[in-house]
Amino acid sequence: MNGAHTTLTALKALRRNPMRAMLTTLGIVIGVAAVIAMMEIGSGSSAAIQSAISSMGANVLMVMPGTAASGGVSFGMGSVTTLRPEDCDAILRECPSVRAAAPMVRARTQVVYGNRNWVPSSMDGTTAAFLKVRDWTIAEGEPFTDRDVLNANRVCLVGQTLVRELFQGESPVGKEMRVKNVTFRVVGVLGKKGANMMGMDQDDILLAPWTTIKYRVTGSTLETANQSAGAGSGSSVNTLSNLYPGSSGLYPERSEIQAADNPMPVRFASIDRIMAAANSSDEIPTAIQEITEVLRERHRIRPGEPDDFTIRDMTEMTKTLSSTTALMTNLLLCVAMISLVVGGVGIMNIMLVSVSERTREIGLRMAVGARSRDILRQFLVEAVVLCLVGAATGILLGHGGSQLVRLLLHWPVATSPGAIAAAVLAASAVGMLFGFYPAWKASRLDPIEALRYE
Amino acid sequence: MDLIELRNIYKTYHMGDITVPVLKGVSLIVARGELVALMGTSGSGKSTLMNVLGCLDRPTSGEYWFEGREVARLSSDERALLRNTKIGFVFQSFNLLPRTSALENVMMPLSYAPGRLSDREAGKRAEEMLHRVGLRDRMNHEPSRLSGGEQQRVAIARALINHPPLLFADEPTGNLDSRTSGEILRMFHQLNEEDGITIFLVTHDPEVAQQEGRVIHIRDGVIVGGALAAVKDRTDARPGASPDSTRGGDAR
Repeated sequence: MNGAHTTLTALKALRRNPMRAMLTTLGIVIGVAAVIAMMEIGSGSSAAIQSAISSMGANVLMVMPGTAASGGVSFGMGSVTTLRPEDCDAILRECPSVRAAAPMVRARTQVVYGNRNWVPSSMDGTTAAFLKVRDWTIAEGEPFTDRDVLNANRVCLVGQTLVRELFQGESPVGKEMRVKNVTFRVVGVLGKKGANMMGMDQDDILLAPWTTIKYRVTGSTLETANQSAGAGSGSSVNTLSNLYPGSSGLYPERSEIQAADNPMPVRFASIDRIMAAANSSDEIPTAIQEITEVLRERHRIRPGEPDDFTIRDMTEMTKTLSSTTALMTNLLLCVAMISLVVGGVGIMNIMLVSVSERTREIGLRMAVGARSRDILRQFLVEAVVLCLVGAATGILLGHGGSQLVRLLLHWPVATSPGAIAAAVLAASAVGMLFGFYPAWKASRLDPIEALRYE
Repeated sequence: MDLIELRNIYKTYHMGDITVPVLKGVSLIVARGELVALMGTSGSGKSTLMNVLGCLDRPTSGEYWFEGREVARLSSDERALLRNTKIGFVFQSFNLLPRTSALENVMMPLSYAPGRLSDREAGKRAEEMLHRVGLRDRMNHEPSRLSGGEQQRVAIARALINHPPLLFADEPTGNLDSRTSGEILRMFHQLNEEDGITIFLVTHDPEVAQQEGRVIHIRDGVIVGGALAAVKDRTDARPGASPDSTRGGDAR
């Protein structure tokens, strides 16, 4: 007897008593339906929670420069300048688990528009990638571009609080305002973020190209940013020349031999921090490891020496995220297990009744040539078919239920193919497990006794 | 070659500490193409002998040769195969699958046969069998909608689906009225004569037994008559055959 035929026989046998088959499998139907519905609703809300938390910056990694210490006195985080904008490019290029990375230069100064002024709590010089890192949308206008960054253009994006305080609700796009006597044109308005977990207003922000902030606002030229480099070059003509793509300097290119004979001091632009976003919260540890490797190599740190930078992640948020997800999954798993075991016991019960009711049929089948393993298989397949039919019905019911919830209550739901596969697998496992004993009992029957059974 | 040869078959049941000897040295020869009636009162060992002959049960000791093969020591799977291909069973209570059409009932043994036919071929063969037993119009009826005689015909068609050389009928007319009984018995005779199927009829009704060519009597686990008559002569056997006479002759 081949599999398809056995299945067909099992279906026919079940059809002989459709009402009972239906009631038998009801346990499985309800169990699977509950699991599917809860999975879909649960994973929908869990996805919603996850995206909410990650928009708060749960996947964001902060790379900070290391600490300076002198005579046992540590000066705290960021007291040496070791991070360079090239580090940021290298992280993005060489770390596959990093989705986006942006350099940051911070300033704090007054912004003036018309007769109003305001000091934004954060004034960050960065690149357009910052918006990607923070999942921040532009409400109006456009973000500044990489070319703006290269050219240190005086453009900026402003947060909602700034719009309220300086522009009093009118559209600031295209308007010019002054930051420390430098005129900035507003190219876009950031979407609303509200307060962060510390209660700080995230909308009280001004974003500009980091070159603009660094060289035009905070006024640190390459010379002032790095004394030794400034002293070495001894000239301020080239201040921004390395920022223009394809521009040759004032002096002819030096050959390799000249460069080796008379090395130029390294031009060194420091940034305050690098903000990187991991692909997902699961990949944060990998991302940290990759960034560490890249930066140690770039900063030429020997094995055994301490890092000259620190990486901070949003551990608290990540933990909240994973514990929420784990709790939900475990809860659903418990419900699934209980309902499937209950369903399985129901199946076993009815299969036992069915075996004793069909004793004569079993005897007859044996008399006409069924081996005991044919009988075993028939009853086992019957139980599994019962479970699978139950699972299919349950999946439909559960899916329908969750769609109903979506339509009526507007809860977020997400179809979960994993849950469906798991339900089918679990149902057939239950069928095998709880169908085996009745099937085995049937196969052990003596054909003579079975034929005589009343 | 004889179809069946039993040599000194013993069957003893053990019920706790008590041993119950049921068959006490049965020897028997049945040739191909015979129509044999087995008679005995209840408790005579008739059913046990049936079970041993039908390969449903194994004797405690003795030899059972079926088509030149010793089958008493076969494993249960080998016996299942033998029952499937070589032996047909007809029961007193028909034993049809409820809520299953006559056609599917007849097809059922095919699903256990080696070298299975496709569903289409199996259906065709089952239809032919139902034609043979005269149930052309009732193929898709369920057993509950068939009369007793019709149900027994379905059972006969089922028994014959694998073309077995041997057919066992255990009180086939026990649940039927006399007119239908006659029809069923005529069908057995017809099968015996036209197809040369060896038929082994178990009955306790002397009237039924009297119609058969050869009658074996069993009493208290021993054969008291008809054991050695290997072959019968059909022409003179039928009318007025004495139940416990032992006859000789040549095979058809």
